[in-house]
Amino acid sequence: MTAAFGVVSISASVRSGEVRALDVLDAHLEVVASHEAGVHAFNEVTAEQARVAASMIDGIVAGGGDPGPLAGVPIALKDNLCTAGTPTTCSSKILQGWHPPYDATVVQRLAAAGAVFVGKTNLDEFAMGSSTENSAFGPTRNPHDQTRVPGGSSGGSAAAVAAGFAAGALGSDTGGSIRQPAALCGVVGAKPTYGLVSRYGLIAFASSLDQVGPFAMSVADAAALLDVISGPDPMDSTCLGEATARSASRLGSGVEGLRIGLITEMQGAEGMADDVKARLALAADALSGAGAKVDQVSVPAVTFGLSAYYLIAPAEASSNLARYDGVRYGLRAPGSADITDMYLRSRSAGFGDEVKRRIMLGTYALSAGYYDAYYGQAQKVRTLIVKDFAAAYENFDVLLSPTAPSTAFEIGAKSADPLTMYLNDVFTIPSNLAGHPAVSVPFGVGDDGMPIGVQVLAPALAEPLMFQVAEVLESLAPPAPLSASRRSLRALGAPADRGAAL
Amino acid sequence: MSTEPVVPAPSSGWETVIGLEVHCELRTQTKLFCGCRNSFGEEPNTNVCPVCLGLPGSLPVLNRAAVEYAIRIGAALHSTVQASMFHRKNYFYPDMPKDYQISQYDVPINAGGWLTLPGGRRIGIVRAHLEEDTGKTTHVGGGGRIHEATRSLVDYNRAGVPLVEIVSAPDMRSADEARAYVDELRAILVATGASDGKMEEGSLRVDANVSVRPAGSEEFGTRCEIKNMNSLRSLGRAVDYEVSRQIQLIESGGVVSQETRHWDEGAGRTASMRSKEEAYDYRYFPEPDLVPVDPPEEWVASIKASLPPMPSERRERIAEMSGLPAGSEAVVTVVRLGLDDLVEAVGAQGADTKSVGGASPAVAAIAVKRAANEVASDLAGAANLERSSFAKLVRMESSGQLTSAQARTVLKSMLEAGGDPEVIAEGLGFEAMESGGLEAIVDDVIAAHPEEWARYSEGEDKLAGFFIGHVKQATQGKADLKSASALLRSRR
Repeated sequence: MTAAFGVVSISASVRSGEVRALDVLDAHLEVVASHEAGVHAFNEVTAEQARVAASMIDGIVAGGGDPGPLAGVPIALKDNLCTAGTPTTCSSKILQGWHPPYDATVVQRLAAAGAVFVGKTNLDEFAMGSSTENSAFGPTRNPHDQTRVPGGSSGGSAAAVAAGFAAGALGSDTGGSIRQPAALCGVVGAKPTYGLVSRYGLIAFASSLDQVGPFAMSVADAAALLDVISGPDPMDSTCLGEATARSASRLGSGVEGLRIGLITEMQGAEGMADDVKARLALAADALSGAGAKVDQVSVPAVTFGLSAYYLIAPAEASSNLARYDGVRYGLRAPGSADITDMYLRSRSAGFGDEVKRRIMLGTYALSAGYYDAYYGQAQKVRTLIVKDFAAAYENFDVLLSPTAPSTAFEIGAKSADPLTMYLNDVFTIPSNLAGHPAVSVPFGVGDDGMPIGVQVLAPALAEPLMFQVAEVLESLAPPAPLSASRRSLRALGAPADRGAAL
Repeated sequence: MSTEPVVPAPSSGWETVIGLEVHCELRTQTKLFCGCRNSFGEEPNTNVCPVCLGLPGSLPVLNRAAVEYAIRIGAALHSTVQASMFHRKNYFYPDMPKDYQISQYDVPINAGGWLTLPGGRRIGIVRAHLEEDTGKTTHVGGGGRIHEATRSLVDYNRAGVPLVEIVSAPDMRSADEARAYVDELRAILVATGASDGKMEEGSLRVDANVSVRPAGSEEFGTRCEIKNMNSLRSLGRAVDYEVSRQIQLIESGGVVSQETRHWDEGAGRTASMRSKEEAYDYRYFPEPDLVPVDPPEEWVASIKASLPPMPSERRERIAEMSGLPAGSEAVVTVVRLGLDDLVEAVGAQGADTKSVGGASPAVAAIAVKRAANEVASDLAGAANLERSSFAKLVRMESSGQLTSAQARTVLKSMLEAGGDPEVIAEGLGFEAMESGGLEAIVDDVIAAHPEEWARYSEGEDKLAGFFIGHVKQATQGKADLKSASALLRSRR
């Protein structure tokens, strides 16, 4: 159904000369032109640079060369990934006017593989949030229903893919920021094992949790993107030193005989909607029907995940965000009396409420006399979660849970109550704390017709197995409609035969 | 100087306690966490990149050469080199690009250790850890301090330069001892190759923790941390001032409060920078962008094996060769100036009995004295001094062929213009005593008085005069009496 506009299919057609990269790009830019004003997925659309890049790809193909595995694939980049010369804002006023002098490693790798960048996508300021409402540039809207949020913090990237603005996108996931918006927008979103993908050029929120990962319309496309961006990087000391098996290496292997665990603690959680619960049960049955052995499994420590996360992430953020002080770049409040005044006024004016809240939380958690009780204790919980997951993986190959407790909620519905908002990440956070991979796969719609996602969790570096199961789940999912804007993507023709459907 | 405040002599009955924190810039090619050049005195903000400027999205990658230097320093200070990790030290300051410093906290790369002062005192080392340097701020207008300035200029060339901070135990008891410690530490750092030891360029920076307590007390007094001393002289002055200030304060009924104080070189006094209450809460936590440092044992062993002898070992060696005390000025000078190879050369040319390294103690002692006096006072000339010629000269003096005054004259000429000591001596008309003539005479005198020699040998030192008298007689007063004495001692 969407194959023609998938990552793998676009690249195959462009490489073979069947379609031109420029035509692929223009088709997507037309949808951007007609629908972006309503969705607001982008902080900046980089149409001009994209056209230059696409023409270059076409030139390479015309010259008999190979532009790479992502030849001509239109990609959207979360606006916390550094792009040389293009503003990178983190959707914050504090980075006003800053143009990075360098590309993030993942951006370099996509470009080297022939990808074409459509634009920089909106996010919750500094990736702090679950709805993309905490953006200094206004919220992104869900392409399936513009009165609802797309999730967050990578809401712009999820929405861009769901809306047909791009074939794929990159986001960052610190506590669920790829998987939750993927679920709410009806696309595939994966958070890789910590260290699989370089963080160089990803503007840090919480360094020990942040990972860059892909969004796409299919599991195979997400795996293909991940395979391009993953791998060792001498610029990131926390990046794994050796290459690992390709994420797409086990696609098409089925689930026959695999042991799949349904996480008990993630089924009866507080605030979990009935339709989400029902879809999860359906997913478990479907996998069972496909030959997997599905059973309940308890991972007790995951219930402490949320509390631990909201100490560790703000603590690291309070330090990571200290550099936005008005001294070297970004916003500097004018007319300050002295250096302290300049710090206070610049940071007060530059940061939004949620960012300030987390900086204060984190500063407190690290303070002398409180460190052991808060940060230290949270790190112990982290160890406990790793231990409990390890125990579960002794008996199971992968684990299953909902991605988010509910379908996309109305814009403004939770913005007044941070704690309710934080609960959105309750199922996704444990994977970040453990450093394990997890992927959200669309699995039908809820009672309101909005997309629902099911999460496949796997042990560290078990991406091939994770995508293997996710692909089966995808093939068994109940039908879900594409967004109106994605449906409006026009069919592409070969250069010599315009008009014929691909 | 008229600005010098009157510093009263400290009253007796007080003991000074000093601990020092020395920051040593490492002589690596590149910075601690990026590939920028580590170089002093260049155009501001030319050796910078996204990493050392702390630009959003950049990440640190540890420089292996800096770890190696840190290990060399640790090994030279008898520290335990251990698996370690980095922490973030959080505070806001414009010359710190990330508004945190990557440093080591509770698990430093080097734990414990000591160094030995020339006088033999051992000063404990608490730790020697790796960290990054900050940029350099110049405050324009006002008194050059941040709060008085109209504007500030920041140069980030130094930001990210690797430092090792060496924290001593509170083992020093006087300003002189503090200076001796820094002097010795500097020599060690230079010997390891880790540092150029230039205090005036800021590649070695010293902070002093100073307190006083009633003599005999076990408890420490409240300490103050003194910053901004940029020479050994100002370290000594600052400590002396601070000690007097604290004693005066206590004796007049006051209480020393824990604080950081700034040494004002011009005014010759320390002034409060911030009190304990105003002290920063650095909110240390493990640096998540770096992995723990766990140097393989074989690597550490090979680094240790590659270290040259340290100054204290070299002093011991020269002391052993010459019979002079290791802490004597001559020995200390010879080692400090790296002239011990001249002494070794004298040994290498001979095969004296009862010797360490080939030269008898008397001969080696002459070599030490000539090196510590004539050579040390003409270091430019020393560069041209042939080791073998120096050795020959010392042999000529020790054998009595030249008197010590003649030897000094010949040596000065060698330092000025080079040349062979025998030729120079002849040219100066110094009457050549037959080679080995004095030795033969001394031996004859000894042989002629076996009874006195036995008594002298057993320790009756006053008999030296008896023998020297006979030697004087036998040579009709031409013998160099110092050489004769030395020969006499060497045969005992």
